[in-house]
Amino acid sequence: MTILQRLDFLSRLCLPVGLTLVLVLLSVTPLHAPGFTAISPMLVLASLHYWAIYRPQVMPIYLVFVIGLFEDILTGGPSGLNALIYLVSYGLVAGQRRFLLARSFGIVWWGFMILAAAVEGFRWIVISALGGLVVDPMPGLFSYFASVAIYPVLTLLFAATHRLLPQPNEGVA
Amino acid sequence: MAQRPISVVRIAAPLRTFAQRFAFVLLLGAAITIMIVGRTDPAVFDRTRMTVTDFFAPLLSAIAQPVATGAQIVSDVEAMFDLRAENERLRLENQRLLAWQSAARVMQAENTQLRKLLAYDPQDAATFTTARIVGDRGGAFLRSLLISEGTRAGIAKGQAAVTGEGLLGRVASVGERSARILQITDLNSRIPVVVEETRERAVLAGDNSADPKLVFFSANAFLKEGQRVVTSGHGDVFPPGIPVGIIQSVGENGVRVRPFATSDRLEFVRLVDYGKTGILKQEITAQ
Repeated sequence: MTILQRLDFLSRLCLPVGLTLVLVLLSVTPLHAPGFTAISPMLVLASLHYWAIYRPQVMPIYLVFVIGLFEDILTGGPSGLNALIYLVSYGLVAGQRRFLLARSFGIVWWGFMILAAAVEGFRWIVISALGGLVVDPMPGLFSYFASVAIYPVLTLLFAATHRLLPQPNEGVA
Repeated sequence: MAQRPISVVRIAAPLRTFAQRFAFVLLLGAAITIMIVGRTDPAVFDRTRMTVTDFFAPLLSAIAQPVATGAQIVSDVEAMFDLRAENERLRLENQRLLAWQSAARVMQAENTQLRKLLAYDPQDAATFTTARIVGDRGGAFLRSLLISEGTRAGIAKGQAAVTGEGLLGRVASVGERSARILQITDLNSRIPVVVEETRERAVLAGDNSADPKLVFFSANAFLKEGQRVVTSGHGDVFPPGIPVGIIQSVGENGVRVRPFATSDRLEFVRLVDYGKTGILKQEITAQ
């Protein structure tokens, strides 16, 4: 392979991680829509869910950890919380990947619904415990429904990115 | 020779699985350690956090601007539909405000005279910095804002963040060109306030809901809906008299205050430096 081909190959391999980092930035960007400040769909979780099933090779776990920490820093939340959540979620989904790979989109979506519910529930428990009071769970519920609703749209984006990736047997990897 | 690749895979595959499992457990342990350390001593990560936000603030700012423009267009179109009603409302408000203006003029003149009589030296000389809000949705359970100005623009920890309407929060941590504002609705926020009418002191405690709660007021306090709440100046954090909100409900659920300032449609925020450091020398952040 020439250097240009190699560069092209590597840059395409980095697409999923790059896209996920962009989603971290987007998930903190102000929307200026009244009532929407508390609603933040779990864009990053959706991305990790997709790659854990369809292409875990391009999303190594140490980068999952880094992405989680990055989100913790940008959102100003408890350090390490998202890193922990994403690692566990990624591990769980990757463990079920053989089952999920062969299934239709509906089943995968349904899997995401369960995962997102567990994640938002866990977040609610941790934030309540750290704050020492029972936090209103409604914003979490709205964020959950927003996440589930936006998942199909995000999947289209991920699938388009997926098509740009080099095949597993292509090139040096 | 044909057997070789298979035997290599046979040895390498379990090894790789083991290495991956090991890395997974290691990273999990790291995340939990970071959570515990960050909880017990938030100052440890504060520098790292602000370095990272400093680095990404310009990028976030670049993303925030077109989004804000888009939102502006949407709200402009919305506004066009109820121009008549809006006009009528503004006309009435203008009438009311003109009456207030004349009252304020009289009071200002009186105030100047009284100050002269007392040889009063005002010490609350404030300086303002305006910053763009570049991050506001930290997930469903966090109420803090990221702004794109830091120490370079003169922002320091503990400064009040205000909008035209009233107090929004205070600067919780600051980097060179970014800072984090803890909103008064965040569950970590505690602001000493006073009820304007009755001069009843209390603390405004956020709990992540839209309407923070009044706590630590005396048992025989006369609190009722519609009373204005302003900062009291106790603790020497904020100067007295910054408008905070209006008592929304008094009941079993506690005394709730509806803040004047909300971050919903806010694009810029004003940081006010009154030269006060007070009790905020130590770390109080959203961790």
